[in-house]
Amino acid sequence: MSNQVATIGEKLVIEPHVVQNIISELAGRGYRVIGPTLRDGAIIYDEVKGLENFPVGWTDRQDAGRYRLEKRADAALFGYAVGPHSWKRFFHPPTERLWQARREGSAFTIVEAEAPHRPLALIGVRACELRAIAIHDSVFLAGAYVDKPYELRRDRAFIVAVNCRQASGTCFCVSMDAGPKVETDFDLALTELIDEYRHAFVIEIGSAAGLDLIKNLLWRPATVEEVAAAERVVARTRTQMGRTLDTNGLKELLQANPEHPRWDEVAERCLSCGNCTNVCPTCFCTTVEDTTDLSGTVAERVRRWDSCFTLDFSFIHGGSVRNSARSRYRQWMTHKLAHWIDQFGSSGCVGCGRCITWCPVGIDITEEAAAIRATAEPNEGDADARS
Amino acid sequence: MFTGQVGDAASSVPQPFEVTRVRIEAAGVATLEMTTFSPFVFAPGQFNMLYAFGLGEVAISISGDPAQKERVVHTVRSAGAVSGALARLRRGAVIGVRGPYGSHWPVKDAEGSDVVIVAGGLGIAPVRPAMYYLIAHRERYGRIVLLYGARSPGDILYRRELETWRRRLDLDIAVTVDHAAADWRGNVGVVPALIPQIAFDPQHAIALVCGPEIMMRFTISALRDRGLTTHQIFVSMERNMKCAVGLCGHCQFGPAFVCRDGPVFRFDRIAPLFGVREI
Amino acid sequence: MQGLERIVLGHPFFAGLGPEFSAAISGCARNLRFAAGEYLFREDEPANEFYLIRHGTVALELHSPGRPPIVITTLPEGEILDAACLVPPYRWTFDARAVELVRALGVNARCLRDKCEADHDLGYELMKRFVGAMGERLRATRLQVLDVYGTGR
Repeated sequence: MSNQVATIGEKLVIEPHVVQNIISELAGRGYRVIGPTLRDGAIIYDEVKGLENFPVGWTDRQDAGRYRLEKRADAALFGYAVGPHSWKRFFHPPTERLWQARREGSAFTIVEAEAPHRPLALIGVRACELRAIAIHDSVFLAGAYVDKPYELRRDRAFIVAVNCRQASGTCFCVSMDAGPKVETDFDLALTELIDEYRHAFVIEIGSAAGLDLIKNLLWRPATVEEVAAAERVVARTRTQMGRTLDTNGLKELLQANPEHPRWDEVAERCLSCGNCTNVCPTCFCTTVEDTTDLSGTVAERVRRWDSCFTLDFSFIHGGSVRNSARSRYRQWMTHKLAHWIDQFGSSGCVGCGRCITWCPVGIDITEEAAAIRATAEPNEGDADARS
Repeated sequence: MFTGQVGDAASSVPQPFEVTRVRIEAAGVATLEMTTFSPFVFAPGQFNMLYAFGLGEVAISISGDPAQKERVVHTVRSAGAVSGALARLRRGAVIGVRGPYGSHWPVKDAEGSDVVIVAGGLGIAPVRPAMYYLIAHRERYGRIVLLYGARSPGDILYRRELETWRRRLDLDIAVTVDHAAADWRGNVGVVPALIPQIAFDPQHAIALVCGPEIMMRFTISALRDRGLTTHQIFVSMERNMKCAVGLCGHCQFGPAFVCRDGPVFRFDRIAPLFGVREI
Repeated sequence: MQGLERIVLGHPFFAGLGPEFSAAISGCARNLRFAAGEYLFREDEPANEFYLIRHGTVALELHSPGRPPIVITTLPEGEILDAACLVPPYRWTFDARAVELVRALGVNARCLRDKCEADHDLGYELMKRFVGAMGERLRATRLQVLDVYGTGR
């Protein structure tokens, strides 16, 4: 126990075992603690009891259509970039029951589903992921219709962020101004310092809740050298980006070029498998399923993740508006990088690189954007001009 | 038994409503009427999500009179599992209703102008509330013209109403069919072909257009030939809808969510998208 | 003659036509009137006269054994009948029936064709207008054939 008093915004230092204490403390307060863990050859997010569930000493190697885990030489807790999971599966779950309806004669009554119970504690949220969560906040909370279950899960969540020690081959958060440094919207933020001399964490207190959690654990104030070391870690990550995306005028470029030949070209490669939408931390499209039980007296409505790459996503009047893979890829990329800005005030992309890594044929959104930019026609015409 | 509470537009849970009247308009097309006890307020052009127990929901334009707040009226055409079930309902059936959603026809902004309404097929259902409103406030508008194209004489909806309106001296109503029957004495041909003949002042007019997209494209071309600009033309778009509140992503049309930024759009705002295939 | 010339220039089909041409055309023209139900012409008859509808509606029909005539389309005032007058074999390809009282300008087709051969500028003015009108007609017909109001596809 420390005798000193910490304040919000202050940087402290903790030993690695205190990360375990943070997890235990959160669990003790009733949180469902989610953190990185290793399964099926990938680092994914799942419930963790402690550091024994962490992928300690593992790292990842990522490139277009490629993800491999490798052992590290050290025992870093957070020595990897992001895996196929994002935090959206916890705030915006893959399936969610919305309501149940019970028939009584010709009439029926509807009962809304119960709100989720245990609050979430997320351990290891990267800057790009914080941005993705903020983007989902603008989708689900800031519009005319608020998604109530999402609001409840977000309200009570506790976030332990992590500054990235290394970028992956597909990272480009710098281009999207979404990292690698964790800036805001966290309760605690960790930067791992690990070399042959030490293994410690600089921890920044981001909120009153974060302060309340850490205050009784074992910490000491960070020294000037430790703060500088933490900053060097992030600065080094910043130089390691595997990809870049030129966002200058990108919205106008994509919105003005729906018939660019590059769409035909990428359509020849795209399988419309939907992996990209699955792993993307900001994709939010859902569909609903209405079912009844065998007796036909109880009906249910379930919401589940959907993808604009499915053929029936745009189904209307006996056919799909976006019938070709070309039109569906164009929709996804134009929405993500252009329309999103009109809709929500920011780009939908955070530069995490997941879509590049997890595309089975290695389609690279940064490469596609660059190709369109290189050969686009200048913008023509206006709405009142006759064609 | 039913409070007839209007669906809370902020909630995504349907409210049960009893169907108090069913009128068969044409083969496969029925108008459902539901009575409410608390006022149901909507603007012409808006839609509700209608839920058939255990089957699912569809987005259906509200086709009743906005001044009659005790009724919720929808004209449904059988085109799939849910709409098919709705179009076959009998009086006394209970369905779920939530809404109203979406943008509306600019009937208030059009005061002082001529109003030209061009509807094709089932597209007459979303414009009927606008007609009711314009007629109820007749003195506020210039000429009111309704052009309506149907597939055949047997597919003409709201026939009695159209005949009543035609008998008035202050409304211009013209109906045409794509395919005539032997005893049809009226116009035969596409509805845009009626546009060169109608009398209105393109300097002080707005047009409301609703129907299949191809028909709307041709209609807009004919209206622009008459001197209307894209700022004066309003269309009602349709896309696949699941949530109706701009959160499921299905109804996107370019950057617009048809359920929230539409279904009524001022044409200049979507003109670049209109000509793009598979958008 | 002067009255007819005014009528020629007043019809939408001839909008923008110069006075030298309108005089030539009105020289071949006459005023016509058809009662409701009367046929302007029948399929396969020689296309001797070019009609400009000034008032009323004309139904284009095709006859078929065992059933009443099928109305393909109805043409209101402002419309014309038909390019068949200008190109061989100069025969009508459908029946044209006055749906209600129809007032039309009739232009003798042979007179018009001879004048066009003699004066190609006149011919060109006419052809431009014909091609435009037929193009519009074709466009509308395509939309009509699509059966856009049918359920599904």
